[in-house]
Amino acid sequence: MGGEATAIIEMAGLTKKYGDFTAVDHLDLQIMEGEVFGLLGPNGAGKTTTILMMLGLTEPTAGRVRVAGYDSTRKPLDVKRIVGYLPDNVGFYDDLTARENLRYTASLNGLPSAESRRRIPDLLEKVGLAEAANQKVGSFSRGMRQRLGIADALVKGPKLVVLDEPTLGIDPEGVRHVLELISTMSHSEGITVLISSHLLHQVQQTCDRVGIFVKGRLVAVGPIQTLSQQLMDSDSKVLELQAEPLTTELKDDIRQIKGVDGMQESGGMLLITCQEDVRRQIADRVMKAGAALQHFRMRGFSLEDIYMKYFREA
Amino acid sequence: MSGLIPVLRKELADHFSGRRFMILFALICVAGLSATYVAAQSIRGDISGDRESGFVFLKLFTASNGVLPPFVSFISFLGPLIGLALGFDAINSEQSRGTLSRVLSQPIYRDAVINGKFLAAVITIGLMLLSIGLLLGGLGLRMIGVPPTLEEVLRLISFMALSVVYVAFWMSLSVLFSIVFKQTATSALAGMAIWIFATFFFPMLAGVAADGLVPTNQDTPVEVILQHEQLRQMLSRMSPSTLYQEATVAILTPGIRTLGPIMLEQTRGMLPNPLSWSQSMLVAWPHVIGLVALTLICFAISYVKFMRQEIRAT
Repeated sequence: MGGEATAIIEMAGLTKKYGDFTAVDHLDLQIMEGEVFGLLGPNGAGKTTTILMMLGLTEPTAGRVRVAGYDSTRKPLDVKRIVGYLPDNVGFYDDLTARENLRYTASLNGLPSAESRRRIPDLLEKVGLAEAANQKVGSFSRGMRQRLGIADALVKGPKLVVLDEPTLGIDPEGVRHVLELISTMSHSEGITVLISSHLLHQVQQTCDRVGIFVKGRLVAVGPIQTLSQQLMDSDSKVLELQAEPLTTELKDDIRQIKGVDGMQESGGMLLITCQEDVRRQIADRVMKAGAALQHFRMRGFSLEDIYMKYFREA
Repeated sequence: MSGLIPVLRKELADHFSGRRFMILFALICVAGLSATYVAAQSIRGDISGDRESGFVFLKLFTASNGVLPPFVSFISFLGPLIGLALGFDAINSEQSRGTLSRVLSQPIYRDAVINGKFLAAVITIGLMLLSIGLLLGGLGLRMIGVPPTLEEVLRLISFMALSVVYVAFWMSLSVLFSIVFKQTATSALAGMAIWIFATFFFPMLAGVAADGLVPTNQDTPVEVILQHEQLRQMLSRMSPSTLYQEATVAILTPGIRTLGPIMLEQTRGMLPNPLSWSQSMLVAWPHVIGLVALTLICFAISYVKFMRQEIRAT
């Protein structure tokens, strides 16, 4: 992404209310062409609602979405022509084969049958379902369905692909396969990808940028590194320490260090709250006391922690 | 009309390759063949005596020996079953399988889905009834050896068209239920409940209501009895089954001049000759319009509900 990248999705003041409940609250977000964007948030945060509004399947209460310049509410057909969508809990016609299911999607997109005959085997090959092409989808595993869903989203030759919970409920091997597919389609074909998920650690390596979405609001946007940096700077740190023996003198000693705010013991671990990174000083004290250092880690560097932090804050 | 043709084609393929269609077709074939066989047997028995009344071919469909009801009655109580079976899971099964959101994220108008489904079901009903009609006509021709006159052919075609409308009414009612109820079992049960109520209980209830509103006994003047009878008939005509039964009687029995109560003095001086096709149609016309209107009302409600429905997989 350079400065010249143009936004393919623009949301401005996007709001959706169901009665008194606000599912999406004044969302402003731009997604650039060619990037892989992760929309992260817990269940019920309004991710799917946002996607449905983007596709013109649900009308926003206020605000607007534009996809590649088309207003999703006014011109849903133009939007759907260029957007491939993998719904959450994707479903196929169980009594049709994988190939027939894709052919139906192709026909709904108005693809000539010669074109779809050429494109479908390629896609099935790409998602690793070439052997299962003539098998009924009813016999497919969850992972196979998810991959077929990706092929289905790609049938129309989209500019943008929206994947709603693509890794949910599939085994680690399946997750790896799906994520590889996403990377490939982004890098080799230049397709913009929007992934919605509540499983941060699964999609983090694939996303260029993420947006953290909680209770209908976007609480943070940016590359994951930037987000964690922001969090580190703004907040006090927590150090986890396990040492043997952990004497009272040693604890008092640590408390004396400048920058340490307090400490508490939990689960056999000493949790030290501090303003700055005092790991070196603490390690020194432990050594000096002649104790064996068993575990020492700064909390908040793990992505899981960032994620939890944002979720709790909102 | 974007998307209508692919949806229509897929739905037709589904209907004709489905087990449900096979079962229904087998059921109606067995019923029709046995009814026609019995009718032909009884016609063969007294054909000489019955010569002057004519319309022997029509009797194939209306005559019975008292053991087995005629084909017309079979259609009037099996027709709803066919209609309900073709529509009860039209929308809700797609929703619960998660195929609906995938289909609607393709560049098609939303009404293409419901129009396609409705049209496909009507075509299926039409082909089913037409083929069974031709089959029975052929069998009857072999057995009694009396070819139908043009008049009879016209009447049979009208009867078939009316039957298609009647079955289509039940189909559109069940499509409506498939939109209103999220569970396929609930919508099937609701459809059956209405069917049994309209076909079996409603005529009885109409009698009870008429007895209550206009009580009669042996000494009641003829005007009151007439009023009672008219009220009963008006009430029972609120049931589509009654409408259909009365209309088929008028169409297939050329001797019938009116569907309402008739006084003996009104028949004085009347020539007992049959009505022409167009005159019989005139007698049945209000009923036909009533059935068409009911079908369209159901379809219209389904259409509006479907267009406004929130599309979510869960």
